[in-house]
Amino acid sequence: MRYHAPATFDEAIAIAAGASGVTRYLAGGTDVLVQLRAGMVTPDDLIDLKKIPGTHDITRLPDGGWRIGIAVSGAELGAHAELVADWPGVVEGMELVGSTQVQGRATLTGNLCNGSPAADSVPGLVAAGATVTIQGPNGTRELPVEQVPVKPGKTALEPGEIITAITLPARGKSAGDAYLRFIPRTEMDIAVVGCAVSLVLDGDKVTAARISLGAVAPTVLLVQDCADAIIGTTLDDAALDKLAAAASAAAKPISDKRGPKEFRVDVAGVLARRAAKIAYERAKA
Amino acid sequence: MSKIHVQATVNGDSVEFLADPRETLLDCLRDHLDLTGAKEGCGTGDCGACSVMLNGRLVSSCLVLGVEAEGAEISTIEGMADGNELHPLQRKFIEHAALQCGFCTPGFLVAAKALLEKNPDPSESEIRFWLAGNLCRCTGYDKIVRAVQDAAAEMRGAA
Ligand SMILES: Cc1cc2nc3c(=O)[nH]c(=O)nc-3n(C[C@H](O)[C@H](O)[C@H](O)COP(=O)(O)OP(=O)(O)OC[C@H]3O[C@@H](n4cnc5c(N)ncnc54)[C@H](O)[C@@H]3O)c2cc1C
Ligand code: FES
Ligand code: FES
Repeated sequence: MRYHAPATFDEAIAIAAGASGVTRYLAGGTDVLVQLRAGMVTPDDLIDLKKIPGTHDITRLPDGGWRIGIAVSGAELGAHAELVADWPGVVEGMELVGSTQVQGRATLTGNLCNGSPAADSVPGLVAAGATVTIQGPNGTRELPVEQVPVKPGKTALEPGEIITAITLPARGKSAGDAYLRFIPRTEMDIAVVGCAVSLVLDGDKVTAARISLGAVAPTVLLVQDCADAIIGTTLDDAALDKLAAAASAAAKPISDKRGPKEFRVDVAGVLARRAAKIAYERAKA
Repeated sequence: MSKIHVQATVNGDSVEFLADPRETLLDCLRDHLDLTGAKEGCGTGDCGACSVMLNGRLVSSCLVLGVEAEGAEISTIEGMADGNELHPLQRKFIEHAALQCGFCTPGFLVAAKALLEKNPDPSESEIRFWLAGNLCRCTGYDKIVRAVQDAAAEMRGAA
């Protein structure tokens, strides 16, 4: 295994593009090192991106959005009061990843690129309408987060491509988001179902919404039927019932040791209802 | 496999070692620097026995590569006592019998110290949540939590 610590993305891409064997990028390493130790994946080239200037920064954009560097850890994200005020759901998704020790290292980008359908920070990013900037040998492109995972463990990134930043849109007024997951323990476990809701209000009425489900399909889902169930409503009981039914209908989980299919389908509806209420309260606050 | 020269600061001292790129920071601390206080319980980030501070953040040193430590500031359990003077957390762990085999103890102490630096007056649930990534197979967690609460109270009194 060769370890590289390039000083620029261009240099990192050149190394990746020239590598013929197994290549991994190193952000927080909390997936890469576990896979290395378990003998699952031993990269020939390991490219540490953390020494690239700017990768640890969280920056407010001129339009009110946010640009999050690819080496920002969960702990750093949670310590950024202004970002937490804008996007509490995005941050609480990331903060559910692992223990305090894991939080000191793990990143949003690593969580996304590891490609687990149960990744806890991904539904929040999808509901928020986050995008990633991808740089590669053929230039730069922008992709919505929901288009990054293509199947478990696989992303839409081409060889040599690297995510250089995550962008969150401007939050605006009267808006809120939330993420909830179900796990059998209270912490340090993998989501059986995850659900994120982001919505915008005009007075009491929902004018825009994005709802995302994790761990109930090969990749994260963005469910338009869930959004349609609550847009134009005041999130009354009838709207919440429709939302829960739409979430359960969209969930296409497998049965595994963490939960049978029927249970996950039901829980998807329960979490959608609860997360929507929290997002609504946050939008009102 | 060519080794990489790494220079870092550990407990205030400048250190150098040669690391195979696959070696973890935990391996390097234990095998190259003879700092065997941090333990390997799992090697996969689950148990916290290998907890150290890396550039001011609590991390599991089994999930950090030694070569990543270039230029870093690291603190380990070996730097916790001031000469023969134990840190209040260390004293309270002994007083409350918050250890049996002791394998998990260095990790708990490093993690608890990081908590008290951030939050000098944590609630019981804040302590339990912060320490959720530290596993103990013998003592049970109540004595550990009480030792941390007691140390926190003493440290607040002294401040
Ligand atoms: C004890 C423990 C508990 C955990 N608990 C949870 C949990 O509750 N929920 C959860 O979702 N996850 C959990 N995880 C998994 C892991 O911590 C997360 O997936 C984490 O966010 C990964 O981020 P990282 O920065 O450590 O990624 P890394 O391990 O550094 O990288 C992960 C993958 O992303 C790729 N990558 C990284 N950066 C880039 C980039 N800029 N461009 C392209 N590809 C890139 C790498 O090549 C690699 O394949 C846990 C892990 C451990 C060890
Ligand atoms: S040995 Fe590092 S967390 Fe268990
Ligand atoms: S005292 Fe033995 S593992 Fe905690």
